[in-house]
Amino acid sequence: MGMILKAIWSQLVTLYRVLLHTFTPTDTVSYPEEMPYLAPRYRGRIVLTRDPGGEERCVACNLCAVACPVDCIALQKTEDEHGRWYADFFRINFSRCVMCGLCEEACPTYAIQLTPDFEMCEYDRQNMVYEKEHLLISGQGKYPGYSFYHVAGKAIKDKDKGESLNEATPIDVRSLLP
Amino acid sequence: MVELVIYLVIFGTLFGSFAGAALLVWFERRLLGLWQDRLGPNRVGLFGAGLAIADIIKLFAKEDWIPPFADRFVFVFAPTAIVMAMLLGFAVVPFAPDIHVADLNIGLLFFLGMTSLAVYSVLLGGLASNNKYALLGGLRSAAQMVSYEVFMGLSLMGVVMQAGTFSLVDIVLWQADNIWFFIPQFIGFLIFLIAGIAESHRLPFDLPEAEHELVAGFHTEYSGMKFGMFMLGEYLGVILISSMIATIFFGGWLGPDFLPPIFWFFLKSFAFICFFILLRAAIPRPRYDQLMSFGWKYLLPLTLINLLATGAILLWA
Ligand code: SF4
Ligand code: SF4
Repeated sequence: MGMILKAIWSQLVTLYRVLLHTFTPTDTVSYPEEMPYLAPRYRGRIVLTRDPGGEERCVACNLCAVACPVDCIALQKTEDEHGRWYADFFRINFSRCVMCGLCEEACPTYAIQLTPDFEMCEYDRQNMVYEKEHLLISGQGKYPGYSFYHVAGKAIKDKDKGESLNEATPIDVRSLLP
Repeated sequence: MVELVIYLVIFGTLFGSFAGAALLVWFERRLLGLWQDRLGPNRVGLFGAGLAIADIIKLFAKEDWIPPFADRFVFVFAPTAIVMAMLLGFAVVPFAPDIHVADLNIGLLFFLGMTSLAVYSVLLGGLASNNKYALLGGLRSAAQMVSYEVFMGLSLMGVVMQAGTFSLVDIVLWQADNIWFFIPQFIGFLIFLIAGIAESHRLPFDLPEAEHELVAGFHTEYSGMKFGMFMLGEYLGVILISSMIATIFFGGWLGPDFLPPIFWFFLKSFAFICFFILLRAAIPRPRYDQLMSFGWKYLLPLTLINLLATGAILLWA
């Protein structure tokens, strides 16, 4: 009997609490007229960013393509005359992308980043395939100031090994001097 | 002249209840949205009320498919039964002192009879679909409605004893002279409310359809306007039960003079319709055996005790 009364009481409390929601503001908004707030970390349209020097960050390591659970990233590596790696082409098929963000986590150079933009509907499926020129932006995205080649200890155009801020000069392993 | 008024009342009741049921589809979603901190449908027409019309157009435009394995005649007949039964139930509702389709001296029994007829619709629909989910839904509805029918009727007997009449108009008039029935018959009111929810198989007692376990229960195989009829019947049931609660326990059209009586009637019915929707927003569905044991083990004894106590007090007084 006590159990029944308790159950009935709990139902009444439920009713009362739900009724109180008459006075709480809605959590949703009328979307197309009113944009909801999207956090900066929201996982939407993918971009490729540049380093502070304005060069492409992507080194075509293929880690993002490997991490992608739906295999929607395709790219090909190429090199410039100074040995810096680039993506020859970089293609994301957004009709397959599930916006999981694993590519962003896998990327060692902060090149690939997800942005708070989800309005990318197309009538033609073919238009969902984004090439490198569509993906590349001119800014640094969420991680300003980071430049992979300036911490990686690799010689590129205007910088030799160990010349950058966080790099130590290379050790000549064949020398006997301390 | 008198005939014209009667026709007006009849057509008013008919179309009013249809329009009410259609609007309720929209209104329910808005209210659910309000209580779930959403916006709800707000696009078509004023506050989205055009949704009712859009819904009807959609239902009419859908393919009206009869499965080849179904029992054709019963399959087509079943959805009409619930609408007919519920509409006939509206015949005895007294909207205002002289606005009612019929003032039967057995009005209350007629209402109970009509709501019981509605169970055939659900049962036959489930049976004729020749589908296991539909059959299970039909079986459940048969058990649920037949058992809740018992206390639905018995819970009203206290009212009948006190008022000494089965006529709904006279019951309201008795309340005008004495006291609204929800005070002396509070237990009867509670039981009628619960039984009414079960009778119109609304949440939380919507076990016949229970979309989480039975696909869509008894109307799994229905589409188009046949499905629409089931929906219509369900919403008509909600309006009917609400107006019955208002009539029997809350004095029907009675109320302070500054508003016309019919307005008071609609206000009270509307409050109970909102309560029905609140139940849907708040309370989860019980398990099937819980529903049955709650009915037979608790509600039935409570109803009988209420009945005995009412009888004893009436004899003693
Ligand atoms: S967000 Fe996920 S699915 Fe989309 S490209 Fe990156 S890894 Fe692939
Ligand atoms: S985007 Fe990042 S992970 Fe993908 S290839 Fe370029 S550097 Fe590698």
